[in-house]
Amino acid sequence: MCGIVGLFLKNQALHSDLGRLTALMLHEMCDRGPDSAGFAIYGGGDERAKLVLLSKTAETDFDGLGVRLGQALGAAVDVETLHDHAILRTRADGRSARTWIIENAADVTVLSLGTSIEVFKGVGDPDRVAADFGLAQRTGTHAIAHTRMATESAITTAGSHPFSTGADTCLVHNGSLSNHNNLREILAAGGERFQTENDSEVAAAYLAHRMAAGDSLNMALESAIRDLDGFYTFAIGTKDGFAVLRDPIACKPAVIAETDDWVAMASEFRAIAPLPGAESARIWEPEPARIYSWSHAA
Amino acid sequence: MNGSNTTLDLNAHSLREVNAALQGAENGAFTLLNPGGAHALACGLTSPVEVTIRGHAGYYCAGMNKEASVTIEGNASTGVAENMMSGTVRVTGNVSQSAGATAHGGLLVIEGDASARCGISLKGAEIVVGGSVGHMSAFMAQAGALVVCGDAGEALGDSIYETRLYVRGTVASLGADCIEKDMRDEHRAQLADLLARAGMDADVADFRRYGSARQLYNFKIDNAY
Repeated sequence: MCGIVGLFLKNQALHSDLGRLTALMLHEMCDRGPDSAGFAIYGGGDERAKLVLLSKTAETDFDGLGVRLGQALGAAVDVETLHDHAILRTRADGRSARTWIIENAADVTVLSLGTSIEVFKGVGDPDRVAADFGLAQRTGTHAIAHTRMATESAITTAGSHPFSTGADTCLVHNGSLSNHNNLREILAAGGERFQTENDSEVAAAYLAHRMAAGDSLNMALESAIRDLDGFYTFAIGTKDGFAVLRDPIACKPAVIAETDDWVAMASEFRAIAPLPGAESARIWEPEPARIYSWSHAA
Repeated sequence: MNGSNTTLDLNAHSLREVNAALQGAENGAFTLLNPGGAHALACGLTSPVEVTIRGHAGYYCAGMNKEASVTIEGNASTGVAENMMSGTVRVTGNVSQSAGATAHGGLLVIEGDASARCGISLKGAEIVVGGSVGHMSAFMAQAGALVVCGDAGEALGDSIYETRLYVRGTVASLGADCIEKDMRDEHRAQLADLLARAGMDADVADFRRYGSARQLYNFKIDNAY
């Protein structure tokens, strides 16, 4: 099963409410995915690279890791810890920082990298995960969240969604991919670094890889329809964009609602119902193999 | 409990309480407020009650309906009126996939569009869609009728046994063993009756009929790979 929600704000006056509204949406999807949950929130930040890390052991010395990373990159690294997560900020190149951490810190998973995105995940009750990481208090421009009923790989925090491999890009997935092992090998040969056995991470890496090569989000999704085999409803976030894509068979549910103030997508309408103005929103079911996207970019 | 214009607010009552009230009534009219996309609203009704749902319904709304008349003033999610036995279910908005799945009897009216697999495995109910239907509609349909005033998506009537399909607009493609058939007087009469009962303003002459070529009923060794 799994539950997906995404909220893309068009009205700046709602930015302070992003986390609260996303938490309301996530709550409605708890019974679609009680195994684990996660969310990506796009908001503040400065020009520094921001990496969100997860400790696989819950005992990682993040401050020590920050010092070692700073020495390796020759730049200061600020460390902010939150439960088994840490947010590292540095003026060094973010992609180099991600690679260094994957190669030198075996007890850590890099959940996200970028100047805007922050990803948080946890195993167990989605409401508790949202509370642990203060989702309701967070502000920003858009958010994507997921409740997981695990099928293709183990129930672990690292195996929870959203998956993010490229800067400020993330993906949540309801479904299962059947050609992810082959694609993983192709992408790895092309330089992508994987951290889990999860099929959805391959989809995230695929899109990130295409966009790093120059594709727009829509171009990358056009290619995805051709190259990804399996069942999927995706919600995708970029630094200033948001997209929804369903596979050509469209077995996995999705509904989109739009008002002058926001665009929301969810596995089911009940996750959209709590949003302000939902009763008069334009509501539709996204068609199979059709890309729906919105952007804050001019 | 006999209901007569009873209002039930889903913000004040649990789904189970609301469904129990509807299922326990022998007649009367009910109005449900604040459905909020809840699942299984007004399902399993067995008496001629009238239910109006003001807002959008979740999965399996009015499922297994028998004799009741259920109107959804909004959209409905997956499987509206699934396995309906009799009665009427009307949706003023759009519906998600598998509308009227396996329904044995009764009339399902969708004023807007239906997405994929509308009338999948239909077993005798009648479905009238004011808009268009998605891919694989009437997949393995066995009896009954599906009227589409708009267009039909890919693979209409795939592996159909029986069931009469009437489409006014374009058909993206026909599924395996589904073919276009002549409109005879009996079909024009059936279609006119269905359009009238559904309250659809459409001209019978604009529709085409599709149905089973009946070539998949028996195993054919020539079809083996």
